[in-house]
Amino acid sequence: MPKRGIAQIFISIDGKTVLSEARKIKTKLITEIDNQNLSDQIKVFETGSISSINQGVIVGVYPTGEMYRNMTEQDIEEFIEERFIKGRPYEKLLISEKLQSEMDLVDIDLRKTQYFGRIVLTNCGRINPEDIEEYIGVNGYEALGIALKEKTPEEVIKIVKDSGLQGRGGAGFPTGLKWSFAAQEKESPKYVICNADEGEPGTFKDRLIMEGDPHKILEGMAICAYAIGANIGYIYIRGEYKLSIQRLQKAIKDAEKLGLLGQNIFDTDFDFEVKIKIGAGSYICGEETALLNSMEGFRGEPRLKPPFPAKSGFLSKPTNVNNVETLANIAPIILNGAEWFKKFGTESSPGTKVYTILGHVKRPGLIEVPMGFTLREIIYNYAGGMSSGEFKMAQIGGTAGDILSIEL
Amino acid sequence: MTVKEIINKHGDKRENLLQILHDIQNQSPQNYINEEDINILSEEMKIPISDIKGTASFYTMYSFVPRGKYIIRVCESPPCHLLGAQTIFQAIETKLGIKEGETTKDGLFTLEGTSCLGICGVAPAIMINEEAYGNLDEEKIGKILDQIQKKERR
Repeated sequence: MPKRGIAQIFISIDGKTVLSEARKIKTKLITEIDNQNLSDQIKVFETGSISSINQGVIVGVYPTGEMYRNMTEQDIEEFIEERFIKGRPYEKLLISEKLQSEMDLVDIDLRKTQYFGRIVLTNCGRINPEDIEEYIGVNGYEALGIALKEKTPEEVIKIVKDSGLQGRGGAGFPTGLKWSFAAQEKESPKYVICNADEGEPGTFKDRLIMEGDPHKILEGMAICAYAIGANIGYIYIRGEYKLSIQRLQKAIKDAEKLGLLGQNIFDTDFDFEVKIKIGAGSYICGEETALLNSMEGFRGEPRLKPPFPAKSGFLSKPTNVNNVETLANIAPIILNGAEWFKKFGTESSPGTKVYTILGHVKRPGLIEVPMGFTLREIIYNYAGGMSSGEFKMAQIGGTAGDILSIEL
Repeated sequence: MTVKEIINKHGDKRENLLQILHDIQNQSPQNYINEEDINILSEEMKIPISDIKGTASFYTMYSFVPRGKYIIRVCESPPCHLLGAQTIFQAIETKLGIKEGETTKDGLFTLEGTSCLGICGVAPAIMINEEAYGNLDEEKIGKILDQIQKKERR
């Protein structure tokens, strides 16, 4: 673990907080701690989105765990003095326990999931996404180790199949089944592709996963590669997602340095490398065959299926394409088992789902809840209800989705 | 880097075309891919010029005409539209005297529309080069543009 002081301050740096000058606030925090000669004792870390509701720049103090919202540069001096010199919470911006529990998720199995029933977003806002050691500190890459050392590729696929995980890109195809198609193919090389071309207006769940916990995606890709017999992976990401691209690039470099990507991973004969392909502005490229054309350097127009990518994908080789959120589910499933995963969500669709919720609600943002939650529960329990007036309609699944009125 | 160096860095296989185009455009002070670069690219990579242009024009991020030093991309997706993206467009058009797709005479700004930027939580939003700005109104836009103009005049 990196050197840490007695207390740690986590500041949420994501696409949204950067707009509220989160970086300046971080610099100011460090200067102020220096001014008070506390730099040995308090360390400041960047982290991804800490609960993503619109509460400005959120700062967490650990080990006590209290959080502050709407932090501005002007508050820093007083905040450091109150919290660390006088040793009491900085009441002005403190997020009350009630709000904190509303912001988080229901407690399903604290012991197993650490973070109130989150699977995908467990680490988002808890670790520094740019520090691989912190990811390893929360059992990161353990699932990859288990898969490589203790399980055959067939066993890995069976676990994913048994878990009932379905594709989180929108189509909901069973992930284990998809893997088994690519695994059956004899031709090589095979490819694993992470579809990070999230372009549907109104959705940004994948962006926050990539910004908050990039290693989890790499680990999921590596496990998938082992299962289907691939050695090369690509992440196809939108050119507009600058911060995600930077974080993923750093994550790949760090993982290579520690031998978690590259050759002979965990001293086995499994090799796996990951490259990033940056998109150039095209909505349709989120569709997997259009994405493949774009990756090959052509216009991103969809291909006819069949043949399916599992048979003839990138460069006409067997290819497995999964969404960011799908891949982020893999490591937790391998680590905790299929039965554990099935405890979340519904019988036919286990697990959790990450949603973005926007519009006239009190707390718009990103949430992760078990599958099967109703829209009403999400709006009134997690998003805090309507901000003004009464509920008229909601559009689901992004702009191309359906519109639901209150009767439905 | 010359076009040849960029090709060498990525490899001359077709699948690297988009990344090569990105690099060529990013190093151009006028944010575009010029005719000469395409000719070299075509020769080196053995891809017809028409094919390169046809491919590049499919994507919104590439340009064959010189653009400003700062590219203002206004999000045109419904969440931003509902919260006033059109007002933002108008404010910029009035302030800079250019329409969508045009560049200011001093070569500083180009105004473009873009698909969803994924920061709908702070709609209406724009990006100026790599920086994103959200929760915008006429006044804030004015301030942002003033700041850039001031910086450039120095």
